[in-house]
Amino acid sequence: MLHTVNKSPFASPTLTQCVGHLTDGAAVLLIEDAVVGATEGTASGALLAKCLKTHPVYVLRPDLMARGIGEGRLVKGVQCVDYAGFVTLVTEHDAVQSWL
Amino acid sequence: MSAEDGDTPGVIKRFLFVNRKAPYGTIYALEALEVVLISAAFDQDVSLAFLDDGVYQVLAGNDPSGIGMKNFSPTYRALDDYDITKLYVERESLQERGLPEDGFVVPVSVVSRAEMAAIMSQQDVVLSF
Amino acid sequence: MKIGILVNEGPYTHQASDSAYQFAVAALKAGHKVTRVFFYHDGVYNGSSLTEPPRDDRLIVERWGKLAAQYEVDLVVCVAAALRRGIREQNLAEGFRISGLGQLVEAGIQNDRLVVFGD
Repeated sequence: MLHTVNKSPFASPTLTQCVGHLTDGAAVLLIEDAVVGATEGTASGALLAKCLKTHPVYVLRPDLMARGIGEGRLVKGVQCVDYAGFVTLVTEHDAVQSWL
Repeated sequence: MSAEDGDTPGVIKRFLFVNRKAPYGTIYALEALEVVLISAAFDQDVSLAFLDDGVYQVLAGNDPSGIGMKNFSPTYRALDDYDITKLYVERESLQERGLPEDGFVVPVSVVSRAEMAAIMSQQDVVLSF
Repeated sequence: MKIGILVNEGPYTHQASDSAYQFAVAALKAGHKVTRVFFYHDGVYNGSSLTEPPRDDRLIVERWGKLAAQYEVDLVVCVAAALRRGIREQNLAEGFRISGLGQLVEAGIQNDRLVVFGD
């Protein structure tokens, strides 16, 4: 299952809820406002660092760029993808769950 | 499951409707319920998940008369008539909100977060609103 | 692979419609089929022919229509949600059609993946 999150963790507990429901083989993709939570030195960053031990975490690069966040500020291990990569992730997983 | 299977009459996919928002503040709960009712006509394997503020959707005793909106709680009772009986409510979400594990408008299964995660992972189509 | 898309938000206010569009373009460019985009909740406003953004802004409604024409994407606006919000045949943009919620369930059945964009 590919789980997508689109809310900032500073505004909503959605990322925490999503991470709490991951099963074997699941991956997380942060899009839209959620990308702000993937930066080093934040509570959500720490949550993702822990999550990365068992599940891959991706952020959508165009959303990151739109919000002025350099890739260098990302938590180590978080991978950047563009929309083509988003599509690939969707095809590689059996289903997609959007945490709206 | 391939798309070709999907074109074949009689194919059954596992649909999960994920409800995480309280009712009435937005229309999502009501319009989600409308999709669920329609899905019954397609003979699919339908489940409903209520977690986070979504648990407030299935509590008994909702009364929106004071805000001038129609109470759609009775509609959940119609689900049984359409053979939609897999309604899962997450225990941790109830606990976080200080809610008991009873007092729902329809029969539901209260499941743990781990069980909910497992239910989610088994789906072919996940619709969230 | 056959992909269906659900859009739950209207244009301009929330990024959902933009994200869905960019995703659809990328999927089509990668050789996948985006068979249907279903517009629900405020997403039905994506099908309004009456939108008129400033000249330097993107034309969200129009570009959906162009994408549909180029790649044969079925753009379906939910009838119940549309009637609630004042979208009817008279102000339905080119490339869209109004139909029932069954089209969303069908998109889930007939596609290999269904991707939801919303708030």
